[in-house]
Amino acid sequence: MAKVKGAVVVDKEGCKGCSLCVEACPHDVLALHKEVNSKGYHYSYMENPDACIGCANCGVVCPDTCITIYRAKAS
Amino acid sequence: MGELRLMKGNEVLAEAAIRCGCDGYFGYPITPQSEVMETLMARQPWNETGMTVLQAESEVASINMVYGAAATGKKIMTSSSSPGISLMAEGISYIAGAELPCLIVNVQRGGPGLGTIQPSQADYFQSVKGGGHGDYKMIVLAPASVQEMNDFVDLGFELAFKYRNPAMILADGAIGQMMEKVELADQKPRWTKEQILEMSSDWATTGKTADRKKNIVTSLEMDSDKMEENNRRFQEKYRKMEEEEVRYEAIQCDDAEFVIVAFGTSARVCQKAVEIARAKGLKVGLLRPITLFPFPKKAIQELARKAKGFLSVEMSAGQMVEDIKLSVYEAGSNARVNHFGRMGGIIPTPTEVVEALEEKFSWELSYGVKRSY
Amino acid sequence: MDIKEIIKPENLVYQKSEVLNDDIMHYCPGCSHGVVHKILAELIEEMGLQEKTIGIAPVGCAVFAYNYIDIDWQEAAHGRAPAVATGVARVNPDNFVFTYQGDGDLASIGAAEIMHACNRGENILVVFINNGIYGMTGGQMAPTTLEGMVTATTPYGRNVDLNGYPMKITNLIAQLPGTSYVTRQAVHTAATARKCKRSLKKAIQNVLDKKGTSFVEVVSTCNSGWKMSPVEANNWMEENMIPYYPLGDLKDSVKGEHSEN
Repeated sequence: MAKVKGAVVVDKEGCKGCSLCVEACPHDVLALHKEVNSKGYHYSYMENPDACIGCANCGVVCPDTCITIYRAKAS
Repeated sequence: MGELRLMKGNEVLAEAAIRCGCDGYFGYPITPQSEVMETLMARQPWNETGMTVLQAESEVASINMVYGAAATGKKIMTSSSSPGISLMAEGISYIAGAELPCLIVNVQRGGPGLGTIQPSQADYFQSVKGGGHGDYKMIVLAPASVQEMNDFVDLGFELAFKYRNPAMILADGAIGQMMEKVELADQKPRWTKEQILEMSSDWATTGKTADRKKNIVTSLEMDSDKMEENNRRFQEKYRKMEEEEVRYEAIQCDDAEFVIVAFGTSARVCQKAVEIARAKGLKVGLLRPITLFPFPKKAIQELARKAKGFLSVEMSAGQMVEDIKLSVYEAGSNARVNHFGRMGGIIPTPTEVVEALEEKFSWELSYGVKRSY
Repeated sequence: MDIKEIIKPENLVYQKSEVLNDDIMHYCPGCSHGVVHKILAELIEEMGLQEKTIGIAPVGCAVFAYNYIDIDWQEAAHGRAPAVATGVARVNPDNFVFTYQGDGDLASIGAAEIMHACNRGENILVVFINNGIYGMTGGQMAPTTLEGMVTATTPYGRNVDLNGYPMKITNLIAQLPGTSYVTRQAVHTAATARKCKRSLKKAIQNVLDKKGTSFVEVVSTCNSGWKMSPVEANNWMEENMIPYYPLGDLKDSVKGEHSEN
C-alpha cells in the first residue's frame, strides 16, 4: 500500500483523447474511456484509481491543461 | 518665434522628431535619406529626451520594430527611400490592418528597381493607393520645403494618432538634400506613461493590469463577417479623412484658365513656371496638394468649373494625373487633363513646364474655349 | 481511502494556471504547443509578471497563442517577431517581452531577424518550437526537417542535394555574443517538461536581469504533420529528432561573452 494516495480529475469536455497522460502515468492509473465527449474524443479517466500516487506526471504532459491533481497521506 | 537655422531637409526630420517628443526611431541606411539617422545618432536624444534610436538590420526589420513599439501607444517613426519603402510594404499593411499610429518618411529616388539616387516622385501610387496588400490607405503629406519637412513631423504624428493609422511624409531627394532656413519648434516633452494609458489603454499593449482585459494587437481575423466589418470600419475612417483632412495651397488660381497641379519639388518648379506664364499673359494658376491622400478632389472640381485645362506636373511618367482625371470626370467637367513629367531623377525646369503647357493646350490657347473630348 | 476524501482544496497539487484562460486550444490532440503555453503561463503567474509581459505571437500554428495566455499580445508578420519584440523592448525597457516562434517562422523566413535580435543582445526571451515541419500550412518542409523525412513538399523524403541540410539554428544562435542563455529542451515526458520549465524560468530571469537574449528551443512533435498518433510521434521524436538536436544547454553566460561551443 502506497504511503500517499492521489486523485486525478479530468475535465472530460476539455480532453482531446491524445493519451499522452495515459502514457506518462507510471502506475497505469489512466485510460481512455470507451465513451466519447461532446466533441467525439475518447476522454481520459481513472481506470485504476487505487494505484494513483498523485505524482502529477499526467498533468504536466497534458497539452490541454484539463487535468487537476490532488494528493493526500494514506489513512 | 522659434529657433532659426539653416538645415538640410533630412537633418530637419531628425531634429523635428526629437523636438516633437518622438519616443523611437528605427531605420536602415539608404541614399538619399541617410542623414536622418546620422543626425539622430549624432544628437544622442536618449540622453536628452529619452528617445530611442536604433539602426536595424534591414527595412523589413525596421518597419516591424515600428510595429512593435507603436503598438505600445508611443510616438514611433522610420524613414527610408523608395526601394526601402518597397521592402516595408508588408509591415505597413500590417500596421494599417492592426490600426497602429506611426510616421513613415519616404525621401523618394528614381526607380524602378535600384534605379537612381536622384529625386523622383514615382512612388505616388505606392503611397496613396496602398503599396502593400489589402484595402488600406495612409495619410500622405507632401512637403515642398525644408520648413514643411519640419512641420509635417508633428502634423504627421497628430493625424496618425487621431485616426490610429500610419501617416507618411512623401518627400523626394531634392527636398531631403537641400538646405533652407527653417524655424524649429520648441522642445515638447515625451508623453508620460500616465498620458499614454489615458489615451490608449483600450488598445495598446502596455501590460495587462487587473482592471482591464488583455489587449491584442493583430490584423488577423479568421471570421469573414468580422473581417468584412473591420474593413468597413477602415473605409469609414478613410472617408472621414477625406472629409476632414484635405490640405492644399492654391496660388493664383482665382482667375486661372489653366491650372498646374504639382506637389513637393515639382510644385516649387511650377511656382516659377506660373510667374513665367503670367508674364506671357497666360492665366495660369498652381494647385499644390499638401495631402496626397486624402486628395484635394473638391478643390480641383471647383476649379474645373472655370478652368479650360489641368496640367499635372510630376517627376514620374504620370501618376497623380489619374486622380486629377477622376476628380474632373466625377465633376462632369470637360476640362482637359494633361501630364508633363521628367523621370530618372531629373527635375523639370520652369521653362519646360510652360512650353509643355503651351503645347498640350495649344487648341484651347488658339480658340480661347474649352475643347470637348 | 475514498477519492472524495482526497479531492479537497488542501490536497491540491496541480491545476491550471490562472494566467491560462478556459478556451479550448485549437491545437491538434497531443500537440506540444499546449504544454509550452501552459509552462509559460505558469511561470508568468509564479514570477508575478502578468502586468509587465508582452508576448509576440508568430505566424504558424501558434498564431492564436494570444487567445489562451492572459497577457497583452502582439501578432507579428511571418518571421518578424524578433524585430517586433525589439521595438517593444527598446522603448519599454521595464516590460518583459518574449517571442514565441516555430521553425519555419524563426529559421526560414525570419532567419535575419532572429540572428540580428540575438546579436544585438536584445533583452527578450525567444521560445523556439522546433517540430521539423510547417504545421499550419499543411505539413511542408521546414529548414529543420530531418534528412529523409517525408513532408508535403518532400513526398519522397528530404533530399539534401535538392533541399539542403536540416539547420541547427540554435547552435548558430549560441555563437552570437548577444545571447546569454541558449538551451535545447523538450516537453514530451513529465521529466523533460519539468526540466524545460526550469530552463524557461532561468531564461526569463536572465531577461529580467538584462543579461541579453535568452533562447529556448523546444524540440517538439507535430503528430498531424508527421501522420502519426501523439504517442508514436513522441517515440519518433526521441529516436530521430533528439539524436540530431540533442537536448541540453548550449550556452550559459552573460551578454558579450562568446560561446564555448
